[in-house]
Amino acid sequence: MSVLVYIQTLEGKATKAGLEVASFANKMNAGDVTALVAGSLSGDGELGSVGVSKVLHFSESATDNSQLSKLTHAAANSVNASTILFSGNIEGSSVAPRVAIAMNSGYVAGVTCLPEGKGFTRNVYSGKATALVNVNSEVCVISITPNSFGIKLDECESAVESFSAEIGSQRVVINGFTPTSTDGSVPLPEAERVVSAGRGLKGPENWGIVEDLASALGATTACSRPVGDMGWRPHHEHVGQTGVTIRPDLYIACGISGAIQHLAGVNQSKVIVVINTDPEAPFFKAADYGIVGDVFDVLPKITEAIKEL
Amino acid sequence: MKLLVCISKAPDTTSRISFTDGDKRFDESDVQFIVNPYDEWYALVRAVELVEAHGGSVTTIIVGDSTCDPIVRKALAIGATDAVRIDASPTDSSQVARLISNYALDKSYDIIFTGKETIDHNSSAVPAMIAECMDLPYVAFATSIEVEGQVSTLHCESGGGTNNVSVTGAFVLSASKGMAEQRIPNMRGIMSARTKPLAVVAPSEVTPTTEVSKFTLPPAKGDCVMVDADNAADLVRLLREEAKII
Ligand SMILES: Cc1cc2nc3c(=O)[nH]c(=O)nc-3n(C[C@H](O)[C@H](O)[C@H](O)COP(=O)(O)OP(=O)(O)OC[C@H]3O[C@@H](n4cnc5c(N)ncnc54)[C@H](O)[C@@H]3O)c2cc1C
Repeated sequence: MSVLVYIQTLEGKATKAGLEVASFANKMNAGDVTALVAGSLSGDGELGSVGVSKVLHFSESATDNSQLSKLTHAAANSVNASTILFSGNIEGSSVAPRVAIAMNSGYVAGVTCLPEGKGFTRNVYSGKATALVNVNSEVCVISITPNSFGIKLDECESAVESFSAEIGSQRVVINGFTPTSTDGSVPLPEAERVVSAGRGLKGPENWGIVEDLASALGATTACSRPVGDMGWRPHHEHVGQTGVTIRPDLYIACGISGAIQHLAGVNQSKVIVVINTDPEAPFFKAADYGIVGDVFDVLPKITEAIKEL
Repeated sequence: MKLLVCISKAPDTTSRISFTDGDKRFDESDVQFIVNPYDEWYALVRAVELVEAHGGSVTTIIVGDSTCDPIVRKALAIGATDAVRIDASPTDSSQVARLISNYALDKSYDIIFTGKETIDHNSSAVPAMIAECMDLPYVAFATSIEVEGQVSTLHCESGGGTNNVSVTGAFVLSASKGMAEQRIPNMRGIMSARTKPLAVVAPSEVTPTTEVSKFTLPPAKGDCVMVDADNAADLVRLLREEAKII
């Protein structure tokens, strides 16, 4: 028995999402953990720090999810993996289902905690319920909801081996990439802290107080759907049932009413803070901390207090 | 061009979620069903727009029993040419994907559209699985698509940004926000939807690889701690000392 983890790297080092998936694999106690890395790798990519004993490195270019799927399939066979783990981010969730079909194995997406045997717990109905899913096949293919498990350090020796496989040709040509943020903030699905604002901000020109709070906290900014639809903020900031689903440690909602479709995207946050002038706003029912007050007055005070920490 | 749009039946976004059958099954009683928003607003509408611009047909496909028919009619009212319903009650995403792939394999669709996920199971698995079953390229979380002859050019979400990609020939895409604006069906659309063809086909033999053994509702949230607006700095103290989050 062994566990194979699919790891994305950035400048040679495992990403935060990658370290989280490797930590999950290590804590499953289901045999040796082998990491598969396609792309840049320096040393062991810091994977030894989270209990990965072997790193398989594929150094040629592989960009299509079909190529990455063939590569993962070959690596899984070579280490006789009984569980194959991915991060549930966009890349992970475009490769993992392909691997499951290719290996005729069960796939469970968006797992949030360690399994019991082949029973995996995942969120369903936009966070309004959880499901315990049993896998009927020998091999289980799993993706982990980003920021649900965290990074658990467990230092070990990690051996790096080069790995090669027949992966077929590239069919999706990448012409260019535009980063969503130029300020270096963490993408929303992976963010640990998020400051979000809604129609209560009155207009795009008022977002300075939101950005100030976010930068004091090292947080990523988000918004409600109407704010995205009206073009006050870019589309990719829209969180909720029809936008991005997030799971930060801290979610601060400013001038957002807390409609059920909004809550569906944010209700898995560990701590929710709501600031709203209306004491009857539904969001308070989903909050851990609330302030009934005007964002224009309250936000600068919070930002000041954080800077004084 | 010949387009296939996969649609799914989903509980209305305001539905109260509850379970039955020993918490093994979603309780459908008193629930209003809609076309899964990503399938409708983004995938279907964009497919209809492409056919309006270039000619061709948009077929919608759904895997489900006859309770799906009202939402299939809604998709036809929005502008699909015809519809297929594979008459099965699937229990996992691999089953849905294999049933659709088995049907589509010999029909030479140019592009197969899905939404980026369903709002009930949230797995984002079906499009990638269809692509694998049919050995097609897959563009995930597309936010725009233009087609010129055999070449499609798309923008799609990727970790921390947007990729601009192109594909030649047939492929599968999942549609995300930005792809199209929601369309409200007009009276003519609704009338013509009644007579558009809806083919009900028998499912091929496919066994699921996973099963849900139990659904659980989350524990009720504790009370919200209220902080006085005049003492907003106290929130920061609570977040540090009590919640230990900053
Ligand atoms: C099918 C469907 C899907 C949807 N998907 C989403 C989704 O994914 N995400 C999403 O967000 N919405 C979604 N919606 C929309 C959702 O129903 C709400 O309309 C939306 O979330 C409301 O946005 P809001 O809270 O910014 O605005 P509003 O509801 O207008 O609320 C503004 C809030 O700001 C408060 N306020 C006003 N002034 C101040 C002030 N000075 N200081 C502090 N507070 C102030 C008000 O009291 C009010 O509570 C969806 C709707 C449908 C039908």
